[in-house]
Amino acid sequence: MARHIVARTSEIPPGGNKVVDIAGRDIVVFHVNGEFFALLNRCPHEGAPLEKAACVARLTSPEPGIYERSRVGEMLRCPWHGWEFDMRNGQSWFDPKRVKIRSYPVAVERGDELRKGPYVAETFPVHVKDSYVIVEV
Amino acid sequence: MSEVIDRPLRDDEKPAPTRLRIVDCDVHPSLHSFDDLNEFLPKRWQQHLREYGSHLRTPYLFTTPYPRSSPLIARRDAWPPTGGPPGSDLAFMQKQHLDPLDVEFGILQVLDLFIFSQQNLEFGAAIQRAINDWQLAFWSHRDPRLKASILVGQDGTDLAIAEIERCARIGEYIQINVSPRANEPLGRRRYWPIYERAQELDLPLGIHVGGYGGHAPTGGGWPSYYVEEHQSNAHTIAAQLASLVIEGVPERFPKLKFVFIEGGFGWIPSAVWRMDQHFERFRSEVPHLKRKPSEYVREHFWFTTQPIDEPDEARHLRALIEWVGIDRLLFSSDYPHWDFDDPRFAFKTPLTEVERKKIFSTNARAVYKF
Ligand code: FES
Repeated sequence: MARHIVARTSEIPPGGNKVVDIAGRDIVVFHVNGEFFALLNRCPHEGAPLEKAACVARLTSPEPGIYERSRVGEMLRCPWHGWEFDMRNGQSWFDPKRVKIRSYPVAVERGDELRKGPYVAETFPVHVKDSYVIVEV
Repeated sequence: MSEVIDRPLRDDEKPAPTRLRIVDCDVHPSLHSFDDLNEFLPKRWQQHLREYGSHLRTPYLFTTPYPRSSPLIARRDAWPPTGGPPGSDLAFMQKQHLDPLDVEFGILQVLDLFIFSQQNLEFGAAIQRAINDWQLAFWSHRDPRLKASILVGQDGTDLAIAEIERCARIGEYIQINVSPRANEPLGRRRYWPIYERAQELDLPLGIHVGGYGGHAPTGGGWPSYYVEEHQSNAHTIAAQLASLVIEGVPERFPKLKFVFIEGGFGWIPSAVWRMDQHFERFRSEVPHLKRKPSEYVREHFWFTTQPIDEPDEARHLRALIEWVGIDRLLFSSDYPHWDFDDPRFAFKTPLTEVERKKIFSTNARAVYKF
């Protein structure tokens, strides 16, 4: 596993995402409610680009006529057939044992901390006062 | 069920010209705006379109199809960067669909303006005519991979025949499209003049599911949910298959070919088994049928593959394909709609090279004579 600095935190607005190429992999990093998630940019069903997915809430219903929304923005709805995945671990909502998107550990670190480590920014120099999103692949 | 794909595509999985070369029997182009039609639509009908618009058989205002879960029922990634609705920008369609998937031929299926369901038959005919011209000018002539269909509404049979004649003289259209939800079941005699002309011209009849007729889409009435309604495409098309066969259309027009588009194919085996079984029991009611219904189906009907069924076990899909017949299936993607099938990943069961070739290319080439 290597750590890759992929963006400044300010670069991905809440609800937005950024696609990065890490070691030949097309990875998409989402920003949801102050957290960042990194997933392979490819739906396990037929391969749709997940960067175009909708970030939706979980909608549940204990009985007909009653609806509840939770985890707003944390579910990913594929841009094609609408399969839903949990942003946190890539598991599909309807068949979590068998279908999942590959997900990667993400960290957010301050530039002044980063500079102490052995890591090199991939796409831009590290400015010590910013925070950075780091994906482990 | 699909396997987890957690790796980038290998080179040999990427579409290469020598690997795919597909015929896609269901590509949806869209009008950028109604103004696209101005050059093909007489002033009188332009004004009508502006002032009255569509008059459909649906009972309530705004019960028309869009949006159904996804705006314009489209893939979220299919909105052209230049603006306009999905399917309205040729350059983007080429870049997103035709080129990367190596589409050798794509058959256009226009759904704009509820083209078959217009109640004002003359307005409907004017729109059909304009759309037929627009398909050539905006699409086929700009990209020869894209093939146009003659769209006609069969309830104005005389108007339909006139339009078929006009387009046949132009000579660039590859099929005649009629509505899956006309006023009466498709086998009825009132529609036979269209079938007769199609046979003489040797043009297949394309029947693309969906649209809104005056009848409820299910035999049980109007569904509450879109997901429920989406199921009904298969019921509607199964009823139309039965009507065409049992009313004796293939018997009467032995060279006629029908292509059912976007109805999938999972429902076919049981529909055909049941028809055969009933035929044995009730043949004295339909003495005009000389052969078993399944025999007519095997000779006169083809089915596009999308939306493909996804049973939990791949071997069940395999069995379905075999029951329906490798020769009966034509690949279709339904680009740019939300239930699009990607030709590389839609078939979750192994196919031999020969089978792949048939489903993805040669069957369609034989039906449409490319
Ligand atoms: S490709 Fe994602 S749900 Fe089908």
